[in-house]
Amino acid sequence: MFYREAGDFKTSYRDDNQTFPIKFDRYRYYVVLAVAFGIIPFIINDYWANALLLPFLIYAIAAIGLNILVGYCGQVSLGTGGFMAVGAYACYKLMTAFPDVSMFVHVVLAGGITAIVGVLFGLPSLRIKGFYLAVATLAAQFFLVWLFNRVPWFYNYSASGQINAPERDVFGIIITGPNAPAWATYLFCLIFLTLSAIIARNLTRGTTGRTWMAIRDMDIAAEIIGVNPLRAKLSAFAVSSFFVGVSGALFFAIYLGAVEVGEAFGIQKSFLVLFMVIIGGLGSIFGSFAGAAFLVLLPVVLKVVGADLLGWPTDIVAHLQLVIVGGLIVLFLILEPHGLAQLWRVAKEKLRLWPFPH
Amino acid sequence: MKKQLATMALGALMAAGPAMADLVFPSLSYRTGPYAAGGIPFADGYADYFTLLNERDGGIGGVPAKVIECETGYNTEKGVECYESTKGEGALVYQPLSTGITYQLIPKTTADNIPMHTMGYGRTSAKNGDVFSHTFNYPANYWDGASGAINYLLEENGGDLSGKKIALVYHNSAYGKEPIRTLEELSAKHGFELVALPVDHPGQEQKSQWLQIRRDRPDFVLMWGWGVMNQVAVQEAANIRFPMENFIGIWWSGAEHDVMPAGDAANGYKALTFHNVGSDYPLYDDLQKYVIDAGKAAGAGDQVGTVLYNRGLYAAMLAAEAAKKAQEISGKADITSGDMRDGMEALEMTEEKMAELGLPNFGPTFSVSCDNHGGDALVGVTQWDAASKTWTLISEFKPTDGDVIGPLVADDSAAYAAENNIASRCN
Repeated sequence: MFYREAGDFKTSYRDDNQTFPIKFDRYRYYVVLAVAFGIIPFIINDYWANALLLPFLIYAIAAIGLNILVGYCGQVSLGTGGFMAVGAYACYKLMTAFPDVSMFVHVVLAGGITAIVGVLFGLPSLRIKGFYLAVATLAAQFFLVWLFNRVPWFYNYSASGQINAPERDVFGIIITGPNAPAWATYLFCLIFLTLSAIIARNLTRGTTGRTWMAIRDMDIAAEIIGVNPLRAKLSAFAVSSFFVGVSGALFFAIYLGAVEVGEAFGIQKSFLVLFMVIIGGLGSIFGSFAGAAFLVLLPVVLKVVGADLLGWPTDIVAHLQLVIVGGLIVLFLILEPHGLAQLWRVAKEKLRLWPFPH
Repeated sequence: MKKQLATMALGALMAAGPAMADLVFPSLSYRTGPYAAGGIPFADGYADYFTLLNERDGGIGGVPAKVIECETGYNTEKGVECYESTKGEGALVYQPLSTGITYQLIPKTTADNIPMHTMGYGRTSAKNGDVFSHTFNYPANYWDGASGAINYLLEENGGDLSGKKIALVYHNSAYGKEPIRTLEELSAKHGFELVALPVDHPGQEQKSQWLQIRRDRPDFVLMWGWGVMNQVAVQEAANIRFPMENFIGIWWSGAEHDVMPAGDAANGYKALTFHNVGSDYPLYDDLQKYVIDAGKAAGAGDQVGTVLYNRGLYAAMLAAEAAKKAQEISGKADITSGDMRDGMEALEMTEEKMAELGLPNFGPTFSVSCDNHGGDALVGVTQWDAASKTWTLISEFKPTDGDVIGPLVADDSAAYAAENNIASRCN
């Protein structure tokens, strides 16, 4: 009923291959965009921005980045936290060195720097695969965190080793620092997320994405049919690290404002983003959104319900939160190993036939 | 939804009682995670003192105090969420009990005009109130701690530390790195050698650091630890038979739960402090009567009288006194966070005042001013007695080396002011 294809004729290949071939889906996408860009900025407040929306947007970018590497190219990475740290510290160094340059430029450049670092750490992937590659990226994680802790140049020789985002603006609107309005920070991250998703979608359905997927499905076969593994793997590392770097820069500059590398970009961050990708669905852009939303919003919802509405002691709520989130992850992986994206796909198939399934 | 409920609750309250809002004191606590052992007693003490004020005096200046607890787990992201969710409820002062969260909240609280009190933690240079208008760290800060420890060692060694070797075992975070700069200055001044040994979060793994200590044989070991790191360090020190009386922890590494696991081997371990120990104060009688016996104690109620419980109590007491001062200055009982800030800046703790509150000789006397948000920097030393399971104050509250700390505070705050374009506001 909702997903009717009847009467929705495609007269060109272009139409047939668009991201949302079903009319209802396409309109839903426009509505989501319209609400996100046109309505939320007017009703947003500090709590919604800083507690829910900013982390969701930023983690969604990181999840898209990791999804390209793990989901599309099949290279397992545990270095996401370290690469986010590269983005954050690159952004910090750029922000303090060139105060007059727009934040857009800084964030994109921070992503570019992370891409270079990502390629460097992606080199071992040409020789090793699977678990061994995971261990190599784990080394990247620890090395990068150690580096930013150890070399004072990265944190401008501050006494505590913390980096603090100074106030910077875009076209005169303050974007970072405590005086930044909630709508501006939200829109800034939203623009990056939208662009990231569009770029990722278009990369993954083009030649680049197909070579990635060929490598993922069977690298020897891919090599035989003419896919250059060096190029495919390193480009996946570069693109993935670019998005992860952008998310790290936003995470530091827009969301937290002050960051300590060991605490903010530790190994648990790598796992968190990996969980988002796995729960959301490997090899799916929508899955990245769903996974980020699930792991960012669920703890907050549980906290609001448990501590604020029911008035339970905060420690019990915090423990319950771990139990419930952990339980749900296990449950999801058993019932739907392909993640929330697959769940959504199945639901769509069902809705297409509903209410007459035969 | 939440706001709606809050408004509904507020409406019900206003219908029932006199039309007056509560004085809100958010408690960003952590009762879970690797730092819970320190977070629980502090949060209990903080909550219990306000419960006592409500039960005994009917609040502060006639207005009931309300403590909103929010679990941060010592995690900065959750800290942000907690700050945003509580600031709308009329929060008067924040005490995040985490240096990482403090760094984040310094600019935010300043922009929102809410004061923050980081008692003995946070950014040390916040002592300079000229730059950090909304951050207070009285009565003492990390650099006072570093200097206090060295002063104590100087005293023990006849005023001479030249040629000695001092190791610093520190939590590898903003918190643990804070004292290094001061200790480096002090090592140049007094001629001792400083060896810094970082321990990564959460601090359960310290074998290599203590192996190095065993090999290098430093004369003294200082520790900037928190949470599970403390008990591991004390145990490791006991394992290598390091003389405990030469092992001094900062005030966050000197609670009962830090030394108990090592048993008798921890006997003689020392820790700095900026308030007194034990529960032998008249206030505790009231606490027993109005809070504990009435079954209103926070948490499990088993922390009363421990070092960190006392610290939470002390933090709450200072907050309540500042609120009283704010009521006095503004002339109204229902103060705002802006009034609270002014009250904190005018706070003066005298011996008479503390005696009147039932806490004679509990903390050092100090006064806060526009320039000085850090108090008078008096630091004492406590020692653990494993047989009686008590801490005793072995060195009275003594002044620290202002000649070294003063310029460092000025430097660091000037850098912050330059980075953020903060103009001088005092005088």
